[in-house]
Amino acid sequence: MLELKDISLSFNGSNGDAKEILKNINLTFESGKLYAITGPNGGGKTSIAKVIMGIYQPTQGQILFNGEDITNLSITERARRGLAYAFQQPPRFKGLYVEEVMRIANPAIDDMGIRSYLRDVGLCPEDYIGRDLGPSLSGGETKRLEVAQLLAKDALLTIFDEPEAGVDLWTIQKLISLIIKRHRENKGNTVVIISHHEQFLPICDEIILVADGEIREKGPAASVWPLIRDDIICNCGIRNECGGGLIEAQQYR
Amino acid sequence: MKLSSIDSQLLKAVADLHGIPRGAFNIRKDGEGVLRQSSANIEIVPKRDKPGIDIIVKPGTKNESVHIPVIMTKSGLKDVVYNTFIIGEGADVTIIAGCGIHNQGDQDSQHDGIHEFIIKEGASVKYVEKHYGQGGGQGKRVLNPTTIVTIETGGYAEMEMVQIRGVDDTIRTTEAFIHDKGGLKVVERLLTDGRQKAVSNITIHLIGADSSGQVLSRSVAQDESQQVFRASLVGKNRATGHVECDSIIMGNAQIRAVPELNAESAEAVLTHEAAIGRIAGDQLIKLMTLGLDEKEAIDTILAGFLR
Ligand SMILES: Nc1ncnc2c1ncn2[C@@H]1O[C@H](COP(=O)(O)OP(=O)(O)O)[C@@H](O)[C@H]1O
Ligand SMILES: [Mg+2]
Repeated sequence: MLELKDISLSFNGSNGDAKEILKNINLTFESGKLYAITGPNGGGKTSIAKVIMGIYQPTQGQILFNGEDITNLSITERARRGLAYAFQQPPRFKGLYVEEVMRIANPAIDDMGIRSYLRDVGLCPEDYIGRDLGPSLSGGETKRLEVAQLLAKDALLTIFDEPEAGVDLWTIQKLISLIIKRHRENKGNTVVIISHHEQFLPICDEIILVADGEIREKGPAASVWPLIRDDIICNCGIRNECGGGLIEAQQYR
Repeated sequence: MKLSSIDSQLLKAVADLHGIPRGAFNIRKDGEGVLRQSSANIEIVPKRDKPGIDIIVKPGTKNESVHIPVIMTKSGLKDVVYNTFIIGEGADVTIIAGCGIHNQGDQDSQHDGIHEFIIKEGASVKYVEKHYGQGGGQGKRVLNPTTIVTIETGGYAEMEMVQIRGVDDTIRTTEAFIHDKGGLKVVERLLTDGRQKAVSNITIHLIGADSSGQVLSRSVAQDESQQVFRASLVGKNRATGHVECDSIIMGNAQIRAVPELNAESAEAVLTHEAAIGRIAGDQLIKLMTLGLDEKEAIDTILAGFLR
């Protein structure tokens, strides 16, 4: 349903030279599947998501969504066609209420619906429905609200960018199982989770390992996960660079 | 007197009125009081020596409100009005003021409202004033409010002063004198566009022990408009004061924010924050990823910011 063909992305660095962030990325996301994108910090995971959403314009390549070339469509047009993205670092808004942003995400939602999504992500509706998305919310609260919005939006393809970042360990478990549960209920919709979460990677359909702007490995979780677990894919250093969370998660269990 | 549809539009915009309000009110149109009603506890009396009214709230009056909107529909009119509010000891009331100008002609329409508040011991007031202009004429819509507030021992006022849109020129002057344990919170919201100009000068004198003052200003300047915002806190005693001005600048607009702290006592604690910036790009992008187009996203962000 979504195809990235030979996508490259570069930015001008501080010295004026172009820095290549993504190099000849080829990826296919199929309807109804659950994907994980993983890899070390700075590898290009968020950049892939932003290129898909139209936030970054690739320097080369083509993006097809349900057969249509969307490479030159705006963010809004892509969103309206059914692509959605939960930010790694969601912005704050002074004066925009939780209730309003939930209605922007899904204009058909009613009060009960909003409350139920808030409850799902562990936010008490009474306390949050009228809250402002401003600086008074903590990082973890904004992340949960971000997930609530995207669950409410229920797009054809949703990318969750490190839903675990900034959220306490106990909540991570719940957020990820919630996303998976919703995905199983809404058959046909595609979910991509950018994550390092050790309990999530083995159970998704496919894992895509990104490092240095390249796809290092992709395939069914059953074949890719052991490589990551046993640190067989060397040089990418995922266990070292992103290992903090993994080790903590292990201790927690 | 019957209200025309333009009158009703203006009254709705500035005082959220649908028809004639309940309780005490005074509606001023084109330089004259046209409708007035006192209530058992709130008396409205026309001044004898100059245009305007005295609004006298009896001590102990609770949960009552007064509406005193002003509307102007004639081009070329210059209206000056003096209103005095005396809020009796221990009263707790809401005052809804506001001025709407519809100028369809080529001459300037101007309203200068000079409002004086005396908030007696232990009284509490919520004051809401909205300014709004409309009409397609070449004539300017000018509003120059002056607000003088005295808060006696233990009194409190929250003043929300909003310029919705359509005001071409404004000079807003607010000066407050706060006595022992008195408190004042001024919330200002201002939007300018086109070639509009707005100047706001707010000074709070913290005279009494344990007095407090707060100014929270948010503004949006679009197109070629210009804004100057000065807020000054004068701490003369053991007092706390805080100024916060936060502005969004767009197009070729200009904004000057000048917070001033003036401590005349070592026990005064005065702070300020000021920020001017564009709409954050990540806010726009976030709303567009939820399906809004750029204009809808900007409108949503500005409406929230100015709330
Ligand atoms: N807007 C940008 N301008 C310049 N460099 C960027 C920009 N966005 C990302 N990068 C760089 O691209 C690389 C990949 O970043 P990112 O996609 O955020 O990685 P990940 O999500 O895997 O941690 C990093 O080196 C980062 O600094
Ligand atoms: Mg990232």
